[in-house]
Amino acid sequence: MDLIKMIEQQQLKEDVPSFSVGDTVRIQIKVIEGGKERLQAFEGICISKSGSGCNEMFTLRKIASHGVGVERTFPVHSPRLGSLKVIKYGDVRRAKLYYLRGKVGKAATRVKEKRSN
Amino acid sequence: MRGILGKKLGMTRIFDKDGNSVPVTVIKAGPCTIGEVRTKEKNGYNAVQLGFDPIHKKRVNKPVEGQFKKLKIQPVRFLKEIRVASTDGFATGQEIKADIFKEGEKVDVIGTSIGKGFQGAMKRHNFNGGRASHGSKIHRQPCSAGATDGARTFKGRRGPGHMGDSSSTVLNLEVVRVDAEKNLILIRGAVPGHDESLILVRETVKKKHKKKYKIKGTAELEFRTDGKAKGKKTIKKKI
Repeated sequence: MDLIKMIEQQQLKEDVPSFSVGDTVRIQIKVIEGGKERLQAFEGICISKSGSGCNEMFTLRKIASHGVGVERTFPVHSPRLGSLKVIKYGDVRRAKLYYLRGKVGKAATRVKEKRSN
Repeated sequence: MRGILGKKLGMTRIFDKDGNSVPVTVIKAGPCTIGEVRTKEKNGYNAVQLGFDPIHKKRVNKPVEGQFKKLKIQPVRFLKEIRVASTDGFATGQEIKADIFKEGEKVDVIGTSIGKGFQGAMKRHNFNGGRASHGSKIHRQPCSAGATDGARTFKGRRGPGHMGDSSSTVLNLEVVRVDAEKNLILIRGAVPGHDESLILVRETVKKKHKKKYKIKGTAELEFRTDGKAKGKKTIKKKI
């Protein structure tokens, strides 16, 4: 098992900021289009985090135009993630914010902000 | 044929240079010591014995210990034979490491599948089974055991029985990474057997399905509004 852990350790990024479920996160994704690489931004509330080590994944949810909910899931340590920035720290009591999927309008993005610490 | 014995350590993921997540099986391959080299003149066929997992000589019984003594190698837990086209370059006591394989190469993996115990025909042979409801009394049964004019059930009729724990080969798997220093081979996808089980990695027997073409010439194509293509097209001729 230790050899597998060693392989996983090599993949880990060192500069990933700590963030948790409920935070509003802005990421930049490397997209290769027609042989060219560019950065695409995506911003949303982190509604779920799972896994550990190089298998760690997180899901961002945002409300796009016309009130359509968009969710994207990424590996935290993927080289395709250009940057990750926490914009707002949320104060939530749940590990998964799947209840936001059923909300419409303002309530769909309502997460209490954490008091500055 | 190149081959190496190893131990399946488990699965994980790695990110390739494009950032894709690749599922891999980690195999601790070798180092293997060559036991007996069998030649066509002496044994009727060309083969090489691969020894894997060295053990203390106290762990083997006297007759087996005698065999290793004769070969003058350290006793090993597993000794397996693989066929080779020619025994040139192989000598008893020689060490084989994971670097016999390169990244991107295609290999076959032979292992012992995970034992499932006594299983029904649906799980074991993918039978369809019967209806769940509407008065059906046949749910997961294998149903007919054959035609009645045979007056008996013929040998080889598929049915319930022991499943798994048998030799299984997966062909044409890609080698993602090789680390000869740490004796590791990373293979894309799954490999038969549970973790810590013995595995044989060998060069694939599958032929490359690349068709051979000869370039005949090029033609200029023009794009039209009726949907025809534009640009250069290479006309290839099958050999």
